[in-house]
Amino acid sequence: MITRKVTRKWEKLPGKNTFCCDGRVMMGRQKGVFYLTLFLIVGTCSLFFAFECPYLAVHLSPAIPVFAVLLFVFVMAMLLRTSFSDPGVLPRALPEEANFIEMEIEAANGNVMAGQRPPPRIKNVQINNQIVKLKYCYTCKIFRPPRASHCSICDNCVDRFDHHCPWVGNCVGKRNYRYFYLFTLSLSLLTIYIFAFNIVHVVLREYRNIFEHVVSLTPHCTVLEVLVCFFTLWSVVGLTGFHTYLISLNQTTNEDIKGSWSGKNRVQNPYSHKSIIKNCCEVLCSPTYPSVLDRRGVMLEDLSSPTPSDASAASTHQSSNPVSQTTKSSAPLIPNEHTPDEAKPGIGSGTQKSTSSPKEEKPPSPTSPNAVAPAVIKESSH
Amino acid sequence: MATEFHNLQELRHSASLANKVFIQRDYTDGTVCKFQTKFPSELDSRIERTLFEDTVKMLNNYYAEAEKIGGQSYIEGCLACLTVYLVFLCIETRYDKVLKKISRYIQEQNEKVYAPRGLLITDPIERGMRVIEISVYEDRGSSGSSSGSSTTSSSGR
Repeated sequence: MITRKVTRKWEKLPGKNTFCCDGRVMMGRQKGVFYLTLFLIVGTCSLFFAFECPYLAVHLSPAIPVFAVLLFVFVMAMLLRTSFSDPGVLPRALPEEANFIEMEIEAANGNVMAGQRPPPRIKNVQINNQIVKLKYCYTCKIFRPPRASHCSICDNCVDRFDHHCPWVGNCVGKRNYRYFYLFTLSLSLLTIYIFAFNIVHVVLREYRNIFEHVVSLTPHCTVLEVLVCFFTLWSVVGLTGFHTYLISLNQTTNEDIKGSWSGKNRVQNPYSHKSIIKNCCEVLCSPTYPSVLDRRGVMLEDLSSPTPSDASAASTHQSSNPVSQTTKSSAPLIPNEHTPDEAKPGIGSGTQKSTSSPKEEKPPSPTSPNAVAPAVIKESSH
Repeated sequence: MATEFHNLQELRHSASLANKVFIQRDYTDGTVCKFQTKFPSELDSRIERTLFEDTVKMLNNYYAEAEKIGGQSYIEGCLACLTVYLVFLCIETRYDKVLKKISRYIQEQNEKVYAPRGLLITDPIERGMRVIEISVYEDRGSSGSSSGSSTTSSSGR
């Protein structure tokens, strides 16, 4: 019997994410700025604990460093939770689902004359008595759910997409938005705390020195910390304020930037409960959503699997190249319009229908052309 | 019960996949997880409309229960925040518990209702909670002792 390392699903996931710890950790592609964030927070706090805290603990109160430690631990936990968790990535459509949607679209569009660009793929749905347009994602081959958006850096559709934060090294979406908010909030508090006690420290030292006629140079560390905190303060506190505003209106950064719900003739935000408290509760106190990616699931290799949808798949070709688990980069091939069907890797449960009909019509351009009036698939609501 | 379970196994080995039907999400109430109860025409000859609608409505109820924002979700959220989310190493979130219930329910529905009719439901979580995938099987033409479940709709309950 050949002993083979188990292939886990994260190794075959499309998209440009980085995975660590055998799929337990999921991050975006570019991590440089994240390391800078870590360095700034840990560095500044280390200086604070090393140089300020002994003095303040003795001359003011030992509770000061204790509270600083608690705050620091909270900030780091929120940062790591935001950075390492799945933001709410929507898995790409498997071939059958993609075909089904294509057939639906073709049926709605009717016959497109040769040479004419096909109409843009939009679905209208009614949410809380407002019409919302759902766009088709050509990369993921799905109609994006409301509030979802495709992140070009991570090459994934993310549910309730807020933004891609380089400081955190990950997208901010439905699953990690509250951790991101708590991170910015607690970091604001930590920055204000360190800044304030640096000032207190300087004042106390100079005050004592005046009485004792001793000339002392304020330690360089204090100056450094004050500088870092000063610049951090403006940006982080501002960001926290901005996100508090968004939460109270139940909007995402993405919607705010695009102006989805502002302007006279536009739709009002259908997701808002018209009450600040209810909006805050929904965003911050809603249940923890599960990840639908199943990163650590084992790739199915035989027919006797319990999953019904894999019945007809002989996915032996899935296990032909076990990716080394020390590989930090994501799954190799990202299917796009130009990838032939056979070459596309299995997504999720690794179903590859061997008799799938590659009848997908690839649209020439994903942008919505103005020449043809958009054919809209109207969804009747129930 | 044993006969139906036997049918589920036989389904995979003796029947071939003919078609897949996808039940889409219903977004009229917002972004909560809810599926359309509209009966797809491809299943017209395979299963009774009421059985199908009951299954989808039950699933919708489960998802609504999982996503309910109320007392329990507040307590869970506050406790998690205070323990810096380490509490989830010990206890399961409410959503995960309901997902397990859903998975058991789908398994039971497959065994009792859908497999005898040559259909199989895939748990929506395996499709990113986007669709309910229903696989339609046709008998391979073997007239043996295998279930022949795909062609009979009268043997259903």
